[in-house]
Amino acid sequence: MKLKLMMTAAAGALIAGGLSTAATAEDLTLCWAAWDPANALIELSKDFEAQSGNTMHFEFVPWPNFADRMLNELNSGGKLCDLLIGDSQWIGGAAENGQYLKLNDFFDANGISMADFIPATVTGYAEWPKNTPNYYALPAFGDVVGWTYRKDWFERPELQAEFKAKYGRDLGVPATLEELKDIAQFFQGRDIDGTTVYGAAIYTERGSEGITMGVTNALYNYGFLYENPEKPYDMQGFVNSPGAAAGLEFYKALYDTATPPGSSNWYMGENIDAYRSGQVAMQMNFAFIWPGVEADANVGGGKSGYFPNPAGPAGQFAQLGGQGISVVANTEHQAAALDYIKWFAQPDVQAKWWSLGGYSALRAVVEDPGFATSQPYAQTFLDSMAIVKDFWAEPAYADLLLPMQERIHNYVIAGEGTAQEALDGIVSDWTEVFEDEGKL
Amino acid sequence: MSFSVTEPSRGTKWFAGLLVVGYAIITLIPLLWIVATGFKSPTDSIAYPPIVVFEPTLEGYVNLFTDRTRATPEMLEAAGPPTTWYEEITRNRGTVISGPSRYGERFLNSVIIGFGSTALTMILGTAAAYAFSRFRVPLKDDLLFFILSTRMMPPIAVAIPIFLMFRNLGLNDTHLGMILLYTAVNLSLSVWLLKGFIDEIPIEYEEAALIDGYTRFQAFYKVVLPQAATGIASTAIFCLIFAWNEYAFAVLLTSGTAQTAPPFIPTIIGTSGKDWPAVAAGATIFLVPVMVFTVLLRKHLLRGITFGAVRK
Amino acid sequence: MDSPIDRAAIKTPDGIARRIRGLSDRTIAWIFVAPTIFLLLAVNIFPLIWTIRLSFTDFRVNRPNNAIEWVGLRNYERILTDPDIWATMQATAHFLIWTLVLQVLIGFTLAFLINMKFKGNDLWTTIIVFPMMLSPAVVGNFWTFLYQPQIGLFNYAVAFVTGADPASFSMIGDVNLAPWAIVIADTWMWTPFVMLICLAGLRSIPDSIYEAAECDRASKWRQFWTITLPLALPFLMLAVLFRGIENFKMFDLVVQLTGGGPGNTTTLTSIDLKREAFEKWRTGYSSAYAVILFVTVFGLASIYVKALNKVKER
Repeated sequence: MKLKLMMTAAAGALIAGGLSTAATAEDLTLCWAAWDPANALIELSKDFEAQSGNTMHFEFVPWPNFADRMLNELNSGGKLCDLLIGDSQWIGGAAENGQYLKLNDFFDANGISMADFIPATVTGYAEWPKNTPNYYALPAFGDVVGWTYRKDWFERPELQAEFKAKYGRDLGVPATLEELKDIAQFFQGRDIDGTTVYGAAIYTERGSEGITMGVTNALYNYGFLYENPEKPYDMQGFVNSPGAAAGLEFYKALYDTATPPGSSNWYMGENIDAYRSGQVAMQMNFAFIWPGVEADANVGGGKSGYFPNPAGPAGQFAQLGGQGISVVANTEHQAAALDYIKWFAQPDVQAKWWSLGGYSALRAVVEDPGFATSQPYAQTFLDSMAIVKDFWAEPAYADLLLPMQERIHNYVIAGEGTAQEALDGIVSDWTEVFEDEGKL
Repeated sequence: MSFSVTEPSRGTKWFAGLLVVGYAIITLIPLLWIVATGFKSPTDSIAYPPIVVFEPTLEGYVNLFTDRTRATPEMLEAAGPPTTWYEEITRNRGTVISGPSRYGERFLNSVIIGFGSTALTMILGTAAAYAFSRFRVPLKDDLLFFILSTRMMPPIAVAIPIFLMFRNLGLNDTHLGMILLYTAVNLSLSVWLLKGFIDEIPIEYEEAALIDGYTRFQAFYKVVLPQAATGIASTAIFCLIFAWNEYAFAVLLTSGTAQTAPPFIPTIIGTSGKDWPAVAAGATIFLVPVMVFTVLLRKHLLRGITFGAVRK
Repeated sequence: MDSPIDRAAIKTPDGIARRIRGLSDRTIAWIFVAPTIFLLLAVNIFPLIWTIRLSFTDFRVNRPNNAIEWVGLRNYERILTDPDIWATMQATAHFLIWTLVLQVLIGFTLAFLINMKFKGNDLWTTIIVFPMMLSPAVVGNFWTFLYQPQIGLFNYAVAFVTGADPASFSMIGDVNLAPWAIVIADTWMWTPFVMLICLAGLRSIPDSIYEAAECDRASKWRQFWTITLPLALPFLMLAVLFRGIENFKMFDLVVQLTGGGPGNTTTLTSIDLKREAFEKWRTGYSSAYAVILFVTVFGLASIYVKALNKVKER
């Protein structure tokens, strides 16, 4: 209770002080993944530095090591980061272990309302436990898996005619995952302008989270559920339902018949490379790449189109990516760090964030009438954000991810066992984790 | 040229030379490919199919040393025309430079940790090797084997407790911690190597010096050290190569402050996708110091690599 | 000249004087050896003991608040009965054996040819050595690029030689080829090392032995089998020892190249251990794993060193 009072007092002092009168100039370090949006954030943050007099430092860790490094940093109580834009699935652990500052009082004191943000991002990036008003982050970067396709190839009359003759429908944005597979197979091994091209680049990476972030887009839409909606942590028959097995078989079929040879360990970067160099007709990837695709000399400038993850027999969902920005509990610059979040939450800053290529999660930005047409991919982003689902965000997130990575990869890429066996294995691994956690 | 029965015939030599040169050229191709990729544009680097002839550009090097942001038209306007050649390169890609990249720091860390640990290893290793070579140290053979055996542990295996220990001592992610760690790992090899070199120096030199009134210390640094200089140099190459290129400890024990270049280089990404030219540029620059060091000291390489097993 | 030591020295016989004026040999020996021993104790032995201790617990670094329980030999039992771990051992053995075979064959051949002392052999030796100057992690990373079926140099080079379609095979995507992909990359990088050791061995053979053989009219073929190979054998074995230890520990190159995949086909023990220790954070369990690995490599190396010494004595 005392702590809460002190925090309220601290927050109160902030309002009184305001942004412009921060007592002394401080050095703040913000940690995030090393990728496009992070570079845009450096640019955006220059305004904050000018207004507050604080100096921003950035520690960007490449995706493959991001989780390892940052979770290690949090677990070891390091003081490297004052602000952390941590992956959505870390929130449970960071909240329960007291590694992130709880932001409710700060939000209340500064008039920041979570109702102003896209609901899926609030649940996904800020809340723990999920669906309760306990906030440990401010949604910073909305992201979701979607598809990019070669519009210029799709529009070729001879290909359209051939496709129509073969499948009896027009070659265009697929409405279902089955249709997507047809299109990918149609392009697989095809000669376009003298080079052999392939169907689709999909996530298959083994080392971090790649194949999980990919396969879930098929699993969800075929009926996979993480747990019994009625009974938490009851996974038998939900994780390994017949629908889920069908979804996994679909992903394997897609990998076996419609992806570039050698794409056995691909994640965001490899998929982009394959797409940009004209190897594939479609790629699965997080939305963050779309500004880069539009600007690309080879595939940008109208040659590419975008569509949300197509529906499956059990509905239409897409894997959530993206992050919220949190204050690390250990920081010695708490007031300045909170200042940053307050500054970042302002609508005009969020609008600029979007213009720089950062996917703002602020409704005022994305619901602006001009938003959907502001970029060719803006509408797809909105549609995708409406159908998101996320992986476990439990404290044991890493322990839950590892067996999924291993079993899915071994089945899809190495062809070991059956889909049902892989999912059964995941159920038993996850059960063990939750038993260790005392939740089962 | 005098006739020798053991000298191979001219034809044989020519044939041997041809095979070796052939191997050298094949083995050089991947290396040259790395260097060449550093001078390709990002588009050319992932050309499908790969291209051998390309228009060289310094974009990879510019990208290696800078962080860039994709610019909106307003930003480009506000920034005005590019003032430097490297700004011009990034402008052509529709990006503006937002600041220097971390590569410089990582490279500097590698220099500090690589050369720091090599120097410390040489100081401690030479002293220990001298003692093992000249004095009756109790349990000498056991100690020597113990020193060597520390080299057999997989780094990942010792990394767990070292990680815990460093965390408690506040040595995680510090230059000092990494220097001490690499020194310890390198000591095993260097004590063995250096002992071999010092064993070769005739003990009579020192005895003469001692009779002339030198103390043991003086005899050590005025007589033994100069004699062992080449041995120390060749040992230093191997210590440097190890510390310079080490990855497993670096990736597990360092992050923001003391991270060296090897964990950093493979993770360089560009404004979209992997920036292969920048990765290649980083690898090329990183190779240069060790390569120069090695070429300069190549005569001693052979003796170093065999644990000093080859006598003069 | 007036320090007590000097005054004492004047009155004592020469030999003792030296000892006092300087330090005694024994003291110097300890001063010289102690820092090294201390550092090795602190950074190698203390952690090793700690590892052994942890290996009997269920400690997890990422659960600092959980009570640590002693679990006896359970960790060891779990590891030694886990079929997955035997699979990684097999992958390691495959990698170890083939890299050693290839590197020794190629390395020795090269050394043998270079030892013919053709013109410019020094220059070419230096050039051949370049790959081992690179950082293994960077090499692994770059070989993923070279092995890409669509954009990689390796597939196009093979296609150029064999006439096959470059996209018809995938070195790191195919479960049957991936174990060879890591062998090829490691062989490319480390053959020069074996070559250098072999070269040293060949150069250590005195010409006089060959001259004597010539007088006995031994054929070149016979000379090779009776002189060159036996005399160079200790060096070859040394090379095998060094590369064997290094490749048993292999982590950086392979983790960057394949990440252990596809499936678990290239998951070497170090990669597996890293996952257990630094991703799953099963500290106790992975400590037991580390101890098992250490005992294995230590045991194998000790037996091998004994054999090596026997060969040397012959």
